[in-house]
Amino acid sequence: MIRLVARDLALAVRAGGGFGLGLAFFLVVTVLVPFGVGPDTARLGAIAPGLLWIAALLACLLSLDRIFALDREDGALDLLATAPLPMEGIALAKAAAHWLTTGLPLSLAAAPLGVLLNLAWPGHLWLAASLLAGTPALSLIGTFGAALTVGLRRGGLLISLLVLPLYIPTLVFGADVARRGAEGLDPTTPLALLAAVTLGCLAGLPFAAAAALRVSLR
Amino acid sequence: MSLWSYANPVRFMGATRPLVPVLGAVAAVCILVGLAWGFFFTPDDYRQGSTVKIIYLHVPSALMAINAWFMMLVASLVWLIRRHHVSALAARAAAPVGVTMTLIALVTGAVWGSPMWGTWWAWDPRLTSFLILFLFYLGYIALWQAVEDPDAAADLTSVLCLVGSVFAVLSRYAVNFWNQGLHQGASLSLDAEKNVADVFYYPLLVCIAGFVALFAALVLLGTRTEIRARRLHVLRLRERMADA
Repeated sequence: MIRLVARDLALAVRAGGGFGLGLAFFLVVTVLVPFGVGPDTARLGAIAPGLLWIAALLACLLSLDRIFALDREDGALDLLATAPLPMEGIALAKAAAHWLTTGLPLSLAAAPLGVLLNLAWPGHLWLAASLLAGTPALSLIGTFGAALTVGLRRGGLLISLLVLPLYIPTLVFGADVARRGAEGLDPTTPLALLAAVTLGCLAGLPFAAAAALRVSLR
Repeated sequence: MSLWSYANPVRFMGATRPLVPVLGAVAAVCILVGLAWGFFFTPDDYRQGSTVKIIYLHVPSALMAINAWFMMLVASLVWLIRRHHVSALAARAAAPVGVTMTLIALVTGAVWGSPMWGTWWAWDPRLTSFLILFLFYLGYIALWQAVEDPDAAADLTSVLCLVGSVFAVLSRYAVNFWNQGLHQGASLSLDAEKNVADVFYYPLLVCIAGFVALFAALVLLGTRTEIRARRLHVLRLRERMADA
């Protein structure tokens, strides 16, 4: 399983594309925001936590459809399915690889980008913390969505329709952590709830993703 | 003779053939009587005026919007556990009805909110969760339409329905946490001694009965159509095989 994660990481780094693309998308969206809502720093600071969270969420969404699609095309997924590793393990490894290539860099990049949007000071740390705690859930939910649509030709559009509503609880708690952090309130309650969502996803969704994968590979 | 014997499509078709017109008639009578009673023979509310009468559409449709999802959840579980095709097709048939009910609830709520709250829409927990439910329905229907193999489609949508149910409940409470609302508490609940004043309550019950019958009739009709479509597909395949 660790080898599968390492293989996916190596593929992502060497083949290019997925790894830097999500980060670049995150940067571009953040840069576009002031053009849309105006350069008023007070207004930007007020919407910064939520906006950065939404931008990170969309950046996560971008790379979801390649989680299984490339392996499906070259037949690697069929080989993996016959490997001794259970399907749940494959789903978990894929989600871990996706998180390491998108969620983790996004969490690290969010704090510097907060400066661009005039996020209030302690908010940077809380934003990074909330993304660190929340993006694993995004990757796990995304892996489930990717497993549902792996057999479909036009899965790319469908996956956003399926996955985005599932992202709502994570977004609510995550953005609330960042917002409370920026306003100087105590953000531990939403942070605990966010961690609960992530852990719940970790416990349950690999099974759902594996069930969907088995159907798609039948 | 157990309930499971109706999982046989032939027996299901035979049993539901007379049921559909009966349920349709019950629905038509109940909804017509309930709405006419509610609209013309109940007094105006002393604070809300005549706008209170939208309750006869809003509450039953909201109730059925949630119950339709619940029915899809049960049908999905039955499909996943016992592999009865009728169950999967019933879940499929319930989705468009459910999404329509959700839309009716949202629109009638907006129409009522406009004079009462002074706004068509507010990001209130109840309103927001209904909008989220609407999105879940859309995703579910889109997945059914995207997958070509019928059995794979039934499997994938069932899994989505199970996961979606968990996340729908989760969203409901997350949204509660996120914003306090304008919407009043539950108008109807089984454990309350008195829900609504009797003048409004009885026509409301008739309307709810009508919506339940309407939902059952539409789902049965949809399931029957799906079964016929399957049969037609098989017949076509057989014909093509015979020709070849």
